[in-house]
Amino acid sequence: MVVKGKIKRGEYFDSVTLMIVTKQINGIAGITDAAVVMNTAENRSILDSSGLLLSEFDEAKGSDLLICIKADSDEIAGKAMLQVDEVLDKVRHSISDSEDFLPKSLETALKTMPDANLVLISVAGKYAAREAMKALKKGLHVMIFSDNVSLDDEIKLKKYAREKDLFVMGPDCGTAIINGVPLAFANIVNRGKIGIVAASGTGLQEISSIISNNGAGISQAIGTGGRDVKKEVGGIMFLAALDALKSDKNTEIIVLVSKPSAKEVLKKILGKVEDIHKPVIAIFLGADEKLFDGSKAIPAKTLEEAALNAVSISKGNNYNIVQDYLRKRSIKMKDNDKLLRIVSNLSMEQKYLRGLFCGGTLCEEAHLILNNIIGEMYSNITSQKEFLLKDPWKSTKNTLIDMGADEFTVGRPHPMIDYSLRNRRILQEAKSPEVAVILFDVVLGHGSNMHPAEELVTVIKNAHLQSPGGIIAFVCSVTGTTEDPQDKKQVVKKLENDADVSVFESNAAAAEFAGLIINTLSNN
Amino acid sequence: MAKNDLFDKDLKVINIGLTSFKDSLEEVNTDVMQVDWKPPAEIDEKALKIISDNYSYIKKENEKSLKKILNGTPFLVDLDIAIEVIPGMKKNMILHAGPPINWDRMCGPMRGAIIGALIYEGLAKNPEEAEKIAASNEIEYSPCHEHGTVGPMAGIVSPSMPVFVLKNEEYGNHAYCTMNEGLGKVLRYGAFSKEVIEKMRWMESVLYPALKRAVNELGKIDLKNIIAQALHMGDEVHNRNRAATSLFYRQIAPAVIKTNDTDIAVKVLEFINGNDHFFLNLSMPACKVTLDAARNIKGSSVVVAMTRNGTDFGIQLSGTGDQWFVGPAPIPDALFFPGYTKDDANRDIGDSSITETNGLGGFAIAASPAIVQFIGGAAQDALNYTREMYEITEGENNLYQIPSLNFRGTPTGIDVVKVVEKGILPFIDTGVAHKDAGIGQVGAGVLSAPMEPFIKAVQGFAGSLEKKKNKNNYKELS
Repeated sequence: MVVKGKIKRGEYFDSVTLMIVTKQINGIAGITDAAVVMNTAENRSILDSSGLLLSEFDEAKGSDLLICIKADSDEIAGKAMLQVDEVLDKVRHSISDSEDFLPKSLETALKTMPDANLVLISVAGKYAAREAMKALKKGLHVMIFSDNVSLDDEIKLKKYAREKDLFVMGPDCGTAIINGVPLAFANIVNRGKIGIVAASGTGLQEISSIISNNGAGISQAIGTGGRDVKKEVGGIMFLAALDALKSDKNTEIIVLVSKPSAKEVLKKILGKVEDIHKPVIAIFLGADEKLFDGSKAIPAKTLEEAALNAVSISKGNNYNIVQDYLRKRSIKMKDNDKLLRIVSNLSMEQKYLRGLFCGGTLCEEAHLILNNIIGEMYSNITSQKEFLLKDPWKSTKNTLIDMGADEFTVGRPHPMIDYSLRNRRILQEAKSPEVAVILFDVVLGHGSNMHPAEELVTVIKNAHLQSPGGIIAFVCSVTGTTEDPQDKKQVVKKLENDADVSVFESNAAAAEFAGLIINTLSNN
Repeated sequence: MAKNDLFDKDLKVINIGLTSFKDSLEEVNTDVMQVDWKPPAEIDEKALKIISDNYSYIKKENEKSLKKILNGTPFLVDLDIAIEVIPGMKKNMILHAGPPINWDRMCGPMRGAIIGALIYEGLAKNPEEAEKIAASNEIEYSPCHEHGTVGPMAGIVSPSMPVFVLKNEEYGNHAYCTMNEGLGKVLRYGAFSKEVIEKMRWMESVLYPALKRAVNELGKIDLKNIIAQALHMGDEVHNRNRAATSLFYRQIAPAVIKTNDTDIAVKVLEFINGNDHFFLNLSMPACKVTLDAARNIKGSSVVVAMTRNGTDFGIQLSGTGDQWFVGPAPIPDALFFPGYTKDDANRDIGDSSITETNGLGGFAIAASPAIVQFIGGAAQDALNYTREMYEITEGENNLYQIPSLNFRGTPTGIDVVKVVEKGILPFIDTGVAHKDAGIGQVGAGVLSAPMEPFIKAVQGFAGSLEKKKNKNNYKELS
């Protein structure tokens, strides 16, 4: 076994490119491990943990590229090293040869597009705040997809933006729909009169998709980034976005979404709702129901309920019909042939549920639902200490994993794009004789994995083979629309027909069904 | 634009980061412009804060510098002997290219050129003796740049060498440069053999008086005009001076003939005609005399000198006076003449990057398709290099233009803050000297300036802003 390293001075590539390169190098026979990364403190610690931080990297500077290759022989390592150069060269030239000159900075881009009105930023977090401030100073609205922006910077940016009446969506804002245009990870939804403010990326995707799938549409969907509703930021952008929707003539109904957040911020938000003369539906996951006492806001327990309430109001109906519908659906779900068939196929030993999510909010929602149905749920995201997994890489009893959490995403593409880590985890869970149900989410839209069904069908077939019981119940929902590049209809069809997955119309429904299987198993 | 106004507009997006987001937006027919973003150089937060706090002040002062650069009017007005005209020149002084350096740290070609100069001056009989004198305290070394002078490659100027005298008529300042010796074994590449010294003596005794007579006959020659025309004819007046030399030749020839015997006139004109780089020693001081007028504007972060001595790369800013900011000079990765490789190359050397400092040379490479083989051969690359340089300059030239960019002015007035913030380094055309004295040129090509001097300059510049502020506070108190 040999380990070879090389520093390339002053060579900058974005992390996505480098991950593609790394993947290609890792695919060469005889290569045990490879890393091609920019020399940042974070990357150094990743290299360190995988034994790839060579002493020769000590002299590298911030803008240098580090290449490290672990291989069976010197020759293979040398060849791989050459291939890295080749691939990087190709990447660089594909840009300079195939495209006209690209501006290197915001100010130059503005010369070519003087009427630009929004800047979408996805550079590494430590640089994102500066680029965002430059944009704000030019009077442009900003969406920051990047995470790892400091809290101080977030507050500074948002205070500045508030003064200038500008949007700062994010940091860590995965999705937004402005004037019908999906930004970053968004779905193709109908335009309509429902406006959304969301401190949650997949929450926004789930709600906007359900609204669209039920024949209503979105006016604006504004993401704020999850931290906006924390105490420190105080909901600056959430409140500003709410104000904007309040006076937007095309928005007639407003939906508010947030993950578990600071009570005082939620109170402030509900306070603002009092001055809004449009129906406002709120889904504050994990929030105390009493918060809504005396409030004009219509509370919802799930993302789906919030979406359906909005649809119902937009069609001129009372939202009580939604409650009826959901109640009836729950009853139906319980004495369903499908449930009985699944339960009868499982062995005595199989009794636990494993949930593997790429959407953080979808995981939170499933957690709340399953806590009600099953009770004790272990997780890597729970605030209850006794149920927090000691090792997020290992499940125990009934477990839900947010695979988009930092411990899984540092140095890797998000699991909405790259399924490989979750695929491996599915197989890992399947091997456990105690696992009865694997619950998961599929999030479609621009930016997400382009072939979700194909990948999942292969893995699920494999998982059945690996399972000691010979079969496992797979339950999921698909967040998205038929207009999405992946086409929701096709994805659902493939999952149902080719892998016998129980696919539900919402994350909430899928979680409920998965919980029912576990309860039925334990009652038997 | 207020938030609600955005809702009424078509979304127009600038995308900084993942190109897949740009692709998705294009798929839904939304106008999007991708920024080919690079991370900024790492620099301490305090300096950045001082600079961002003084943003509008710096901008105003930089505009002043740029105005002075654009208003400059370089004329060739005379020729003279170095000791007679160069300010601060002394009998025992030798001027060199680049930032200050002592004999111990000088590279091979610079040492070779000094040995040659000492023999030429009659201060040493042979190379051994010259080397001894050079290393002693008898000789005082000083950068050309600190004496209104510039020199290509080693840039050696000794007291009795003839020099061009240039005047910036707008501001009244002068600049100086020796005459170009041609190619082959030449002093500027560190050669000091007998033929080198002999050629220099001929230049002193024949070429110099003949050209002086001719220039005096004409009164003055407008170099800005020649450079502007040459850019339209395929020169960038650093690595390519063929058009400018021809234009100069057309102006000077009648006067050379008029003021000299025919046999001398023929030799002088043949010499100029035989050296495509003759004009380099005029384009360089033309840039120098232009940029010197933009010095000493407090609060300006515009670069007024960018130069290499074969060991260090140094820059000076308008706002920081005579202070040098230096770092190691890079070894150019160029095209090498047959028989030579990068192992033979000396670190980058010469004052000729004064042309880039003035927005010519590498900054104007889009005007010079004939030399694009240095950068890979595609004309589009040359355009892109020049377009990238607009990112780091304060403005564009009013007279120097690039035909292939729809006659856009050349990128002018390098702003050191932009260099560091955008992580984009000045792009320099260069000749490559052999690292051993006396061998001469081994290649030519392009390179990016090193980041270190620019980072130091930004820090030094921020320090100067802070000092000024403290002083003002003191004044207010007293």
